[in-house]
Amino acid sequence: MRLSKSLNRSLWVFHFNSGSCNGCDIEIVATLMPRYDPERFGIKLVGSPRHADVLLVTGPVVHAMKDRLQRVYEQMADPKVVMCIGSCGQSGGVFFDSYNLDGPVGDVIPVDVYVPGCAPRPEAIIDGVVKAIAKLERIQEAKDE
Amino acid sequence: MIDVILAVVGGTIAVTIIGIIVGLVLLGIDRKFAAHMQARVGPPLRQPFIDVAKLMCKDSIVPENAVVSVFNAAPLIALASAVTLLLYIPIAGFYPLFGGLGDAILVMYILTVPALAMVAGGFASGSPYATVGAQREMVTMIAYEFPLAVAIVAVAWRFSMAGFSDPFSLATMAGVGSGVVVWDIVGPLGIIGCLILLLVLAWVTPAELSRVPCDTPEAETELCGGLVAEYSGRNLALFYLAGGVKTFAMTALGVAIFLPWNISWFIGITGWTALIADVVFFLLKVIVVMFFSVSLIRVSMARFRINHLVSLYWGYIAIAALVGLMMIILDVFMKGGVVL
Repeated sequence: MRLSKSLNRSLWVFHFNSGSCNGCDIEIVATLMPRYDPERFGIKLVGSPRHADVLLVTGPVVHAMKDRLQRVYEQMADPKVVMCIGSCGQSGGVFFDSYNLDGPVGDVIPVDVYVPGCAPRPEAIIDGVVKAIAKLERIQEAKDE
Repeated sequence: MIDVILAVVGGTIAVTIIGIIVGLVLLGIDRKFAAHMQARVGPPLRQPFIDVAKLMCKDSIVPENAVVSVFNAAPLIALASAVTLLLYIPIAGFYPLFGGLGDAILVMYILTVPALAMVAGGFASGSPYATVGAQREMVTMIAYEFPLAVAIVAVAWRFSMAGFSDPFSLATMAGVGSGVVVWDIVGPLGIIGCLILLLVLAWVTPAELSRVPCDTPEAETELCGGLVAEYSGRNLALFYLAGGVKTFAMTALGVAIFLPWNISWFIGITGWTALIADVVFFLLKVIVVMFFSVSLIRVSMARFRINHLVSLYWGYIAIAALVGLMMIILDVFMKGGVVL
C-alpha cells in the first residue's frame, strides 16, 4: 500500500447503504452541505467505487446486501479506508439478532473507523473523518521511521 | 533541420507543461468560484494538484472483461490530443507553435478526439454504465458540433470577406501581428451577430467539457461516473489532466476568436514588460470566459436529460448560431464595416 500526504488531503467518498433506515444517509448528506463544507479539505462524493478512497457504510448489512458490500469493497483501488456510520453497523442496533442480518459490517469487511449514534450528528461524522486521517498519518509515520 | 526538430520538441514539451499547470489551476479556480457562489469556503486553489498526486499514488485497476489495450490507451490519447489542441491555438497573442500547419477547421476536428478517446475507453471497460455513458457522449458530440462549427466558420468567412489572405487561420482571427480583430471589421449588424455567436460558443463550452448541465455522459448519480466509471488511479488521473487541459484549450479558443486584444496594443510598452502584461491579461481573459461559460452555468443549473440536451443544442442554440451567421451575411451585403 502506498500512502501519501496527498491522500489525506483529497479523500473521495463513496456512500453505500447496506439496509439502513436512511437516517444515517440523511446525516451524511447533511455533513456534505455548505454549512460544514467538507470540500475545504478535498472531501467529495463520487459515483463509482473505483474512484473512491473512503467507503461510508450505513446499515446492519442485510442478507441480500452482503455479497454486494464485499464486491464494492473489492472494486475500490488501494489504499482505501472503510468508515462505518451508525449503531446498526457496529452491533445491529435496533435490528440486533434479526433473522435476516449477515452483519454487523465488521463481520463482512474490515472497518477502520466506527462512528456510533442513531443517527450520528454531522459533527460526529466529521470527527470520524478526522480520526481516519489521524490513523492514516500514524500509519505513514510508522512507515517513514 | 536539427534546430527545427529541437524547437518543435522543446516547444511541445513546454506547451504540455504550461497547459497542464494552467489547466489544473483553472479547475481549482472553477471550484473556488462555485464554492463562493454556494456560500462556502471551498477547496484550496491547489486542490486539483493534490487530487492528481493522490490518483497517481493509487492502484490502477483494469476490469476483468475490459479490452486492456484500448482501456489503457484511451486516457493517454485523451491527454495527448488535448495538449495537441494548444499547439494550434494562439496563446497570449503569440503565433501558435504549429500555426502554419493547421487552422480552425483542424482545431474543430482535434476537439472531438479527447471525447472519442473517452468513448473508446468507455466501450472498452466492459461495464454497462460506461457503455451507456459512451453512447450518451456520442449523442452529445453530435449535438454540439453544429453550433460550434457555425460559430467558427461564420467568423472565418467574415475575415475572408474583409480581404484577409488566410481567414481560417486562428492566428489571423486572433490578430497576431496585424492587431485586427473581428470586432474591428464588422458593422453594426455584424456586432450583434458576433455577440450572438459569442454566447453560442459560451454555451457549447460546458457540453464540450462534459460539465454540468451537460455532464449527462458522466452523470455520477445515475451512471456512477458513466464513461469513466471503471477507471481508477493513474488512468483516472490522466483523464482528470485531459479535462483540465481541455478547459484551458476551449477557453483559449473563445478568447482567440472573440476577445483577442492584447494589453500591449493599447499602452505603449515593449520588451519584457509587454510580454508579462500580455500573459497576465490573457490569463485574466481566460478566467473570465471560464467563469461565465463553465462556473456560472454549472452552479445555476441542474443536469439535462439526454433528449433535452439534444433538442437544446440542435434546436435553440443551432437556431441562435444560424441567426448570428445571417446577421454577419447581411452585414456583408449591406457593406457594413470592412468589406473588400
